[in-house]
Amino acid sequence: MKPPPFSYAAPTTLAEAVGLLAEHADAEARVLAGGQSLIPLMNFRLAKPGYLIDLRNVAGLSGIRREGDVLVVGAMTRMSELERSPEVALAAPLAAEAIGLVAHTPIRNSGTIGGSLAHADPAAELPAVVLALGAELVAAGPAGTRRIAAAEFLQGPFSTALAPDEILTEIRLPVWHGGYAFVEFSRIHANFAVVAVATLVELDGDRIRRAALALTGVAPTAIRATAAEQVLAGASCDAQAVSAAAEAAAENCSPAGDLHASALTRLSLARTYVRRGLELAISRAQNER
Amino acid sequence: MASTTRISLTVNGRPHVAEVEPRKLLVDFLREDLGLYGVHIGCEHGVCGTCTVLLNGASIRSCITFAVQADGADISTVEGLARGSELHPLQDEFSAKQGLQCGYCTPGMLMRACEILASNPDPTPAEVRSAIASNLCRCTGYQFITEAVISAAARMRAVKEAAS
Repeated sequence: MKPPPFSYAAPTTLAEAVGLLAEHADAEARVLAGGQSLIPLMNFRLAKPGYLIDLRNVAGLSGIRREGDVLVVGAMTRMSELERSPEVALAAPLAAEAIGLVAHTPIRNSGTIGGSLAHADPAAELPAVVLALGAELVAAGPAGTRRIAAAEFLQGPFSTALAPDEILTEIRLPVWHGGYAFVEFSRIHANFAVVAVATLVELDGDRIRRAALALTGVAPTAIRATAAEQVLAGASCDAQAVSAAAEAAAENCSPAGDLHASALTRLSLARTYVRRGLELAISRAQNER
Repeated sequence: MASTTRISLTVNGRPHVAEVEPRKLLVDFLREDLGLYGVHIGCEHGVCGTCTVLLNGASIRSCITFAVQADGADISTVEGLARGSELHPLQDEFSAKQGLQCGYCTPGMLMRACEILASNPDPTPAEVRSAIASNLCRCTGYQFITEAVISAAARMRAVKEAAS
């Protein structure tokens, strides 16, 4: 229950951090963000990186700024900072609502948005948020930086498009002013979600112009419920459309049963929470007008 | 001997400089190097909350934080709450309202309660219960703990009003 030994560096520039990651590749170097997932894994000896590159002193990796229609969040921004930020509440309320469901305050005080996304726990909330929003994730490596679409970034359980020599630096969240909802089922308050649903709806009068739904807990990684989105596009905002979308959402699900819930339970939860998420998102969009 | 890293930090108002192995957890540094045994070790994977300390005023789990991550930080532990022999109102109310019970979760509960009252000096019982969900009490005596935090909050508000 104590972490294995490792070498440690706390560089102050991104270039230095990227250099160290490549230089110590043989030692299975890993990046340390808030450590709220990595350190428990090390305590259990499930992760044994020989070299840790602590990003906490790297300039420019933390903070929230607006770039036109995009809210740019530094990867090292602590979850509790995002939770309290008026800018996030205004421009990315879906993210704010989801972060309120990530573990407890003491974890959110240390845990970072970039750390959670790079860790890519299949039961975590944030992957569904970036997927629903169509966010871009910025990675820095020896060859420079590149932007990765959220759908491409999330590759599987604990698996992302980040190369071993790349560091996640920014998350670019498109600003959203329509209806939104992040709802989840977990057995104990603040636990990982068994099933979670991120919902965005944009209304045009009493019709749904566009909807985006992302689900967690029903596939190896967070997925978009494209079939449900198609059902909703152009539909009137009524109970019938919501029910049809909840049924359609199941088409994109391929849950595996585990000790938390059977595959059938997960499918049933997906339908229920898609319905609840849509109802909440639609009512918020209507009250907004 | 594994290589060490030099850290300097403030703990309960006192500055410290130390050489630590990077893998040393903050909870072990506080206990073994500084003798602050009030910081308890429970689950060692960030679930139970008995190791909770404040880092720059924010509650953190010291069992899933490396000591090197606290370099330059201001740490507060349960040892820093009392003023000499005068208990902090939270400590006093935990005692008066039977909020200690077996005492194992108490240091973490107290530090979490400090953070709660710093941001919300007049919480409702429901707000306290929701906020202390981060910390497990296996005596399951959350009712007494909630009552203690509410009473301490009233005392702390009264002290603040009298001072202003």
